[in-house]
Amino acid sequence: MIKAQEIKKSFLVSLWFMFLTFPIMVIRVNPIEKFVEWRWKNMLVVGIGSFLLSFVWRYMLKKKEAGEKRAETGESGKTFLIQRILEERRFYIPLVTGLTIIAVAFPFIFSMYQTSIMTTALMYIVLGLGLNIVVGLAGLLDLGYVAFYAVGAYSYALLNYHFGLGFWSVLPIGAVLGFIFGVLLGFPVLRLQGDYLAIVTLGFGEIIRLVLENWNEFSFGPSGIANIDRPGFFGIQFSLQTASIYLYFLMIGLVIFTIIVVNRLQNSRIGRAWIALREDETACQAMGIDKTRTKLRAFALGATWAGMVGVIFAAKTTFINPASFTFLESAMILSIVVLGGMGSILGVIIGALILILLPEYLRAFSDYRMLLFGAIMVIMMVFRPQGIIANIRRTYKFNE
Amino acid sequence: MNTILEVKDLSMDFGGLRALDHLDLNVVEGEIAAIIGPNGAGKTTFFNCITGIYNPTEGEILISPPGKKRKKINGLKPNRVTKKGMARTFQNIRLFSNMTVLENVMIGRHCRTSSGIVGAILRGRSTIKEEKDVVDFSYNILKKTGISHLVNEFAKNLPYGAQRRLEIARAMATEPFLLLLDEPAAGMNPRETRELDELITRLRDEDNVSILMIEHDMKLVMSLSDRIFVMDYGRKIAQGTPSDIINNPVVIKAYLGEDIDA
Repeated sequence: MIKAQEIKKSFLVSLWFMFLTFPIMVIRVNPIEKFVEWRWKNMLVVGIGSFLLSFVWRYMLKKKEAGEKRAETGESGKTFLIQRILEERRFYIPLVTGLTIIAVAFPFIFSMYQTSIMTTALMYIVLGLGLNIVVGLAGLLDLGYVAFYAVGAYSYALLNYHFGLGFWSVLPIGAVLGFIFGVLLGFPVLRLQGDYLAIVTLGFGEIIRLVLENWNEFSFGPSGIANIDRPGFFGIQFSLQTASIYLYFLMIGLVIFTIIVVNRLQNSRIGRAWIALREDETACQAMGIDKTRTKLRAFALGATWAGMVGVIFAAKTTFINPASFTFLESAMILSIVVLGGMGSILGVIIGALILILLPEYLRAFSDYRMLLFGAIMVIMMVFRPQGIIANIRRTYKFNE
Repeated sequence: MNTILEVKDLSMDFGGLRALDHLDLNVVEGEIAAIIGPNGAGKTTFFNCITGIYNPTEGEILISPPGKKRKKINGLKPNRVTKKGMARTFQNIRLFSNMTVLENVMIGRHCRTSSGIVGAILRGRSTIKEEKDVVDFSYNILKKTGISHLVNEFAKNLPYGAQRRLEIARAMATEPFLLLLDEPAAGMNPRETRELDELITRLRDEDNVSILMIEHDMKLVMSLSDRIFVMDYGRKIAQGTPSDIINNPVVIKAYLGEDIDA
């Protein structure tokens, strides 16, 4: 009985899809020879394909619902596994050692191109972890995160151009400038929540980009700034190959530093305040947490990281212009956080690797890669809205 | 007996609607006081005014924490009020659902601790010690409120009665001198209500906290409270001991409507 109903449902779905794709998949007008080609075979393929896929779709949805029910009653299987791997030393230590070996050997095994892609992915990991403080922990939807990234990049480019300052001296300056801009943006948006906040931050991101694009005397406009120095190492000049390896290890260092900082923060007094703010603003304030300061801290700290990565970005590409700091970039970083799992460090790392590396390696299917990319995002959000790795809170043991 | 909370002539307008109308009320040290009244009488609005969520239109709110000077708290932000020593629970439970039970209580310690971002990153000795103190303190409160077996559960997975208890535990973590409970027994079964009765009495006796609560469960109100305030249409219509209130014709009228014979 149920089977018959299922088949009916899938049949309707396939009919609907055939109808939807009819104009593009079936009809082809040949304007040269002036005739219309009817490709009924395509329609058949779409029909059968959607008929079968709808079964898979429903099966997956059912599995997800069952999983949610299990989580409600408190006996969740999957999240437990991850938690166990992270906690037990006998899993944890070999895993970390393995990762370290891979990370160290990577630039020596693979080509410069691969190393460069990996460096980019590492930069997005740090950006993701920085935005994770704002969006994942404090729950403030920031759509203009790229503005702080631009602040960092331009501070290095301009200081280098005008005063010849080196990478290492600008890195902290970029971080501080990011922090200051975070506070500056933080102030006006403190009273806003949710959608309103998102729109204001979106506006802020655009303002920064438009200023950089149009204020020619200051930022050289759309033509950007070229010939930015690569990071130095006590005055030694590297060849292009060594420089990219150097940058790779620099990013590995920054990633480790960021992980340590974010991990410590999220289980600290401040981190808990952020999460409480995300969960319930009124209750949070009624429990004695200063809403204003907590929000400002999240904004400023997230921006600090964007500022730092901005400096590295400028040093890596040696050329920047406003086109690198569009809204799409903010959306990408936000996707990393949401896809990976809000508030989860491991999730953000995996999310960044997937979202940055996947389009690169999908170049083989270049015609379909953005389609696949989009499909993966949609499927993830339908079946696992909490992200790849859901946030796990620290547990405490008491022996009494 | 010291008066610890003094509310004078408090009014609150929402546009043209007067939700609180020249209300006077006080709480003395060590008592359990209750506010009762029909729905829409302005009880929760009153709580929101004295905890800083609303800024009252008129009137004064004065607190005198034990051993400290009397102070006006009108217009202070909610977090400042809590820091001064008045903590509350909510009528519709407002826990931090994706945090563990222990973390919920640890949030209550926020205003009594001080480590900042730098401390958290460097994790120095003082931060570690403070963190440990917070954990121990919070765990003790959980033991006291009888939900210590649930420490690492997510708050959203708790049964209803335990959630109510956690709200009280979280408020107690701020070390208040006055605990404001907004319908603590709402939705509880008779057994849970009895246990709540016992918990509130114990908090008053062992932790030197005074209690002001809004409650509809008359049995609980009559057995717990030293004094009762009755509100209707934003005004205080009666106050007194439980036995005074139970026989007060004004109160009976407010609850049951006009007597036909009168």
